Amino acid sequence: MPGPKEGPPQGDRPPRREGPPGGPGGRKQYFRRRKVCKFCSEKIDVIDYKDVRMVSEFVAERGKILPRRLTGTCSTHQRALSEAIKRARNIALLPFAAGG
Amino acid sequence: MRNYEMIFIVRPDVADDDVQKLITQMEGVVAGAGGKVEKVEKMGRRRLAYRVHKQREGFYILFHVQGTGDTVKEFERRLKVTDTVIKHLTICTDEILQRAEKFKALRAKQEAKRRRSKPAPAPAAPALPVENAQV
Repeated sequence: MPGPKEGPPQGDRPPRREGPPGGPGGRKQYFRRRKVCKFCSEKIDVIDYKDVRMVSEFVAERGKILPRRLTGTCSTHQRALSEAIKRARNIALLPFAAGG
Repeated sequence: MRNYEMIFIVRPDVADDDVQKLITQMEGVVAGAGGKVEKVEKMGRRRLAYRVHKQREGFYILFHVQGTGDTVKEFERRLKVTDTVIKHLTICTDEILQRAEKFKALRAKQEAKRRRSKPAPAPAAPALPVENAQV
């Protein structure tokens, strides 16, 4: 077993866990910023479908809803967000399928 | 009685006077069906995300209404009958507001908890006044 200083992945995600050194998760060498839910951090309670500018941040180029793993939205807000996007689509504020 | 948000799109080639007339007419419909109009918002002319009835633009009008299911039914029936309205959507906002309330209460609780636990240890003391100033 190598000492705790030797493994390169040690500094990757500091707050996650202080487990045994040299664990299995040693593949990700690059540093990735931890994503935070926008609605939690900015304390937005109501995701308004009429606010196109905000909601369209979470829509891909072709009009698809961006997955949580890309945006970092928490599950509660992702659910509310998808509802808002679908409503916005229904009233022609957002496209069902853009471009093409 | 529940809270509703009714949004509809009027064709862009309708004159402003006629839009205004339609709004007053719809207000009358709500009142006639036992509802109460809380707020009317003209969101103005906007580009539509896709073509609706061969139109690329539309005039958005938003009604905040308090009423019952019958109010909504009558309102929607009238919108469907009106030729100048190309799209409409009704949303009940009660649950959304309720959820927002819940979030707010939860946050207040967490805030209180943090404030109660933080003043005790000494190292946290310098950071605290800044936080308080922000709130």
